[in-house]
Amino acid sequence: MNTLLKVDGVHTHIKQYHILQGISFEAIEGQVSVLLGRNGAGKTTTLKTILGLTPASQGRITFRDIDITKKPTHGIANTGIGYVPEDQGIFASLTVEENMKVAMRKEDEATLAKREYILDLFPDLKTFWKKDGGLLSGGQKQMLAMARAFVGNSKLLLIDEPSKGLAPIVIEKVMEAILDMKKHTTIVLVEQNFIMASRIGDTYTLIDNGETVQSGLMQELIHDEQVKRKYLGIG
Amino acid sequence: MTSKYQWNNIFLSIMVIALFIFPFVTDSRTWTILLTQIFIFSILAMSYDILLGYTGIVSFGHAMFFGMGAYTTAVMLDRIEPTIGVFVLSIATGMLITGIISFIVGLLTLRLKSHFFAMLTLALSGLFLVLAEKWRSVTSGNDGFTFRAPEFFKDRMMFYLVVLVCMVVVYFVLRRFVQSPLGHVLVAVRENEQRTKSLGYNTLHYKVIASVVAGVVASLAGSLYAISLRFVNTSVLTMDITLDALLMTIIGGVGTLIGPIIGAGVIELSQHFLSGLAKDYPIFERWIIFFGILYILVVIFFPSGIVGTIRQAFHKRKKQSVGKEEQSNSEEL
Repeated sequence: MNTLLKVDGVHTHIKQYHILQGISFEAIEGQVSVLLGRNGAGKTTTLKTILGLTPASQGRITFRDIDITKKPTHGIANTGIGYVPEDQGIFASLTVEENMKVAMRKEDEATLAKREYILDLFPDLKTFWKKDGGLLSGGQKQMLAMARAFVGNSKLLLIDEPSKGLAPIVIEKVMEAILDMKKHTTIVLVEQNFIMASRIGDTYTLIDNGETVQSGLMQELIHDEQVKRKYLGIG
Repeated sequence: MTSKYQWNNIFLSIMVIALFIFPFVTDSRTWTILLTQIFIFSILAMSYDILLGYTGIVSFGHAMFFGMGAYTTAVMLDRIEPTIGVFVLSIATGMLITGIISFIVGLLTLRLKSHFFAMLTLALSGLFLVLAEKWRSVTSGNDGFTFRAPEFFKDRMMFYLVVLVCMVVVYFVLRRFVQSPLGHVLVAVRENEQRTKSLGYNTLHYKVIASVVAGVVASLAGSLYAISLRFVNTSVLTMDITLDALLMTIIGGVGTLIGPIIGAGVIELSQHFLSGLAKDYPIFERWIIFFGILYILVVIFFPSGIVGTIRQAFHKRKKQSVGKEEQSNSEEL
């Protein structure tokens, strides 16, 4: 089992605030690593720090054994990291097709095959191919955001709260899609919905007050009622 | 994207045909000159739309590129000879100079956050204005200088037609540019720069490209403007030119290309008519006040500009009809 991403003792400051105060975890190739924690624990900032959007002030992040801690965001993305932000970040005035083209960057055989795969996974995107991104429903935007991150040269996907604000039936679709995408890529997932996280995740990292509290196998956490109650408020 | 431009194409085709026929059916010198001015400012406003509408860059220094084009053409025609060849060469030289300067300026300034960038472009524009005022041996300072235009342009109608063709060509070239993959990246930068970076794009490069394209097109507008007046002074480098371009773009509708053309028409025509009313009604000697009221009304009733508001209404209708369709589908299910 290869370690694709290693986050080691990362601290992040945003203005005068010390948000991340020691985050460490690893993402294993071909697995889904879930970051869990209460609201404001630092999960989203962790993803943004990996991508260089809120650069780390201390610690080290390596991706495929390359130190990416000090790289600019576009440089990090070009090493093979795709990002699905919490707000989906759809380009509203571009059509679905144009959104995909911006993400694809090239139209070689491998990229087109990836596009076909993802469109089969999210057939709604095919239906609304010529529709402006801003006119899509919340669920369709989420699908487009995931498709866009996948069709690039991504070896690792950082997905932030894909179930947020979606209807249960759409959450089910998104969850099935992530399970399918897992066969082709490695995923680091931030998710509040523990039922979804436990079904998708292979490993977990618990974050509290900007610090890694505990990491391990998801199956172990499912049966650990004490930890779930203490850090996630469930059980 | 094609459907988005369908109405533009129809509207533009009708307008171009009408404008092309116009000088053959009327001999009004005033209207020929006024329309020529509108075409020139349409080119300038379209160039500004590439910055503001498509890339989300607010620049207060756009006049420097317009002024560079105007001075290059004026100086070359004055110092070499007033022929069509020199005129074409002066346009190319102006574009080259502005291309290089906008590249350097863009590279140095576009890293800054939007408001700091806007202030810096204002300062740089001021710098070029002072340079033109002080470099009297070439520019004749504030007083400016007159020069002879090529013989071909002595006939106002010929110049009118040349400028009309330039405007149409610029429109189609810029439309092709914004519809290209590069144009889509510019729109992505405008909508969400961080997200564009996280897709692997070095957004600075794309913003610099937009700045160079806008600068080069503004230079063309400046060259034509100088020819239309057969005179140039430092007013071509002042903030007023940038503000005109900004207002034309905002009133017409940012990010639409056709909007700046309409905006240029609205502003130039209202300036002409409001100042003309002063002959009969003394209150219109203060026509700039009415001009201000017009701006306020347009901003209130067309917050996204004339074309932008029409498009929004169209989208709203489309969204409602899609919503109804989806609702009836789900009821059927």
